[in-house]
Amino acid sequence: MGSPILEIRDLQVSLPAGSDRTHAVEGVSLRLEPNEILCLVGESGSGKSLTARAIVGLMPSPHVRISGGHIRFGDEDLRSVSAARMRQIRGSEISMIFQEPMTALNPLMTIGNQIDEVIQVHTKLSRKQRVERIVELLRDVQLPDPAAIFGAYPHQLSGGQRQRAMIAMALLLEPKIVIADEPTTALDVTTQAQILSLLKTLQAKHHTGILFITHDFGVVAEIADRIAVMRMGELVEVGEAAQILNAPQHPYTQSLIAAVPSLVPRKPRPAGDAPVLLEVQGLNKAYHSGGLFARKGRNVRAVKDVALKLRRGETLGVVGESGSGKSTMARLITRLTEADGGQIRLDGTDILAVPRKRMRPYRKRVQMVFQDPYASLNPRYKVGRLIAEGMIIHGVERRAAYERVHELLELVGLDARVAERYPHEFSGGQRQRIGVARALALDPEILVADEPVSALDVSVQAQVLQLLADIRDRLNLSMLFITHDLRVAAQVCDSIAVMRRGEIVEFGPTEQVFADPRHDYTRELLDSVPGKGWNAPRLAG
Amino acid sequence: MSMAANRLRYVARRLLQAIPIILAIIVLNFLLLQLPEGDAADVLAGEAGSATPEYMAQLRAKFGLDEPLHIQLLAYVKNIVQLDLGYSFRNNMPVLDLILDRLMPTLLLMVSTILLAVGVGVLLGLFAAMGLNSWRDNLISIFALVSYATPLFWVGLMLIVVFSINLGWFPTSGMETIGAFYEGWDRVLDIAHHLVLPTITLSLFYLALYTRLMRASMLEQSGMDYVTTARAKGLTERRITFKHILRNALLPVLTMAGVQVGSLIGGSVIVESVFGWPGLGMLAFKALFARDLNLLLGIFFLSACLVVIVNLIVDIVYSFLDPRIEMR
Repeated sequence: MGSPILEIRDLQVSLPAGSDRTHAVEGVSLRLEPNEILCLVGESGSGKSLTARAIVGLMPSPHVRISGGHIRFGDEDLRSVSAARMRQIRGSEISMIFQEPMTALNPLMTIGNQIDEVIQVHTKLSRKQRVERIVELLRDVQLPDPAAIFGAYPHQLSGGQRQRAMIAMALLLEPKIVIADEPTTALDVTTQAQILSLLKTLQAKHHTGILFITHDFGVVAEIADRIAVMRMGELVEVGEAAQILNAPQHPYTQSLIAAVPSLVPRKPRPAGDAPVLLEVQGLNKAYHSGGLFARKGRNVRAVKDVALKLRRGETLGVVGESGSGKSTMARLITRLTEADGGQIRLDGTDILAVPRKRMRPYRKRVQMVFQDPYASLNPRYKVGRLIAEGMIIHGVERRAAYERVHELLELVGLDARVAERYPHEFSGGQRQRIGVARALALDPEILVADEPVSALDVSVQAQVLQLLADIRDRLNLSMLFITHDLRVAAQVCDSIAVMRRGEIVEFGPTEQVFADPRHDYTRELLDSVPGKGWNAPRLAG
Repeated sequence: MSMAANRLRYVARRLLQAIPIILAIIVLNFLLLQLPEGDAADVLAGEAGSATPEYMAQLRAKFGLDEPLHIQLLAYVKNIVQLDLGYSFRNNMPVLDLILDRLMPTLLLMVSTILLAVGVGVLLGLFAAMGLNSWRDNLISIFALVSYATPLFWVGLMLIVVFSINLGWFPTSGMETIGAFYEGWDRVLDIAHHLVLPTITLSLFYLALYTRLMRASMLEQSGMDYVTTARAKGLTERRITFKHILRNALLPVLTMAGVQVGSLIGGSVIVESVFGWPGLGMLAFKALFARDLNLLLGIFFLSACLVVIVNLIVDIVYSFLDPRIEMR
């Protein structure tokens, strides 16, 4: 190997006084070679993003600052270059791609003008030359109709298109280094696969060094040449991709990799002839947009003629990309949203025909766990009240309800004393446990879990999934498990329904769907799973 | 379909929608003004010192006040549709002429107030946010707080005391120098000279409000992801502030300003009284005490139209600033 284009030595980033630790990054040393993709992996709070931002001096606030170490870029130390030189480097020699294509672009400026700014500040090209260059690059990132995209505003583009535009912006001046901070995390799995392959192609073409920050080992397996693992601000392990992925040395790396759900479906549980508990037929829901006076609104059919069967004790996975209608379906089944038509039979009774006032006995039989563990718990209620409220509404005596709260908290692996505390005192994983306890409080027969683990770090995700599996087996619960993550679905679900644009395109036992997908879309989804060629080693211990 | 055609259709549709709203306002105003005791006949009789019941009845019959309420209302609405706002018996003039006479001064005061409040408010907010926690920011914030908390009439009186009476820089009241009969540019200058103090008085409160709003909005926007993106492109802070943050930060200020135009008409009553500005506010004030219901209704009607039109203008300006707003 030649000399590295970037060398970080002993980097320290200090946090303001009063934070939970003194340093966000402590003694990190990294090298980035030309023409390689170095993946910086870690869970939230590991300091991976700050390490990357420190390189170009983009700290999130003046209180977070670099307090030690060197960042060598060519023969300069980026810590001591002037502000003007740093601005010169940003965008032309080191550029960045961010996670949220939704918010990372200025909503009031056209895509073309936002990209144009980069050339405008760094070169002396004329407007005509610049536009030519941009349109050419927009074509390079495979955007349809580059001229139209040039004049479009960010909201007129899809998430994937926006991210392509961001990539175009980053590669415009052929920088030596691109720092990509979770560039595909906010995207759907099929879009993610396209963006990853695009990044890889363009990287090879321009011999760029990419520092790729991610929390997702699937993505790492897909794209990395080398891998650096971070935990709590420290570098844990660095090495070639193959070595880290297949023979990690450090116990933390081992545990991270072990927590990645396998794409090989787990052994099916013997069920099959259990009675059907929930049967959905011809379920429909359309959303109408447009105001009172608007002559023609837009109709979006969020759920189209959906039919499902859920047996007692079975876990049915609903997978699909954003906008496929899977969450709407969950809300219809729990009757949080009124359906336009169809039947939802719970033990033979069509609950859609039950008037709202008399829904209560049915409500307790179907309970929900939500995606966002931060937003789904009322911050003004103590945990005990959050869990007990449902029981009290359903007529359980106050004292008995609070006793039950203690049992439930123990059931989900929390100390009974936490009932006296407020939600903000807990981590994401703990909050999700509270959410599960709340759902279980009414002894439901069906648990509807809407992306219950997608906001969690992978090791926490594994714990919550394990908890759900335990509880399901112990209480013989049926579960409707909604997820966009096929890896999770493979490990959790007995059968799977694949949704696209409001319709179920494929429905069958998990093993069969994974081994022999019938529908083209299912095949496309399975092909897009990042790191599908990599099977995480099952490590002992 | 072109943007311009879309916009035109949108404006036409909004104007159409405004008709039922304005009609409803007319009916509501009419009914509201029936609530207080006494009518124009009472006031006229009261001012005359004494009146026989026969004379009162005669007056009422002359004004149509003896008809049942719904007939009066129907007649009124019918007249308004034909743009006949009735006759002011107090002023012995058609209401429409009276109002149109006073409309220009009021519009002049309103427009200059809005321009001053939004323009200077935005600038001050921008300066404050750019030098966050510096002496500049503190000075502006204190100024905003004080102006926000000071009553309008007091500001007006103090300005007169200081700038008109003590320093003699500005006239104390009125819109023009009486008896000077200026023509052309001289007249414009004269009016502008008279306009300074009332505009400052009326705009001070709103100016303070927009300063604070703009400052908060700038700070909020400067924490957004697209600002980090702009920084990562290598732009200077100056360019980031003016090309990226400013426009985004303006949107909430504009929304607020649009909502408040209506309340400006109300606020102008005080200022017009203090400065003797011959506007609608003064007229409304006098009409109220004289029980000149026709005139009052006419002013209400015109104010309603003004608010509807201003809201429409704000929405159109908004659509130019924010491409996400669709004109459908």
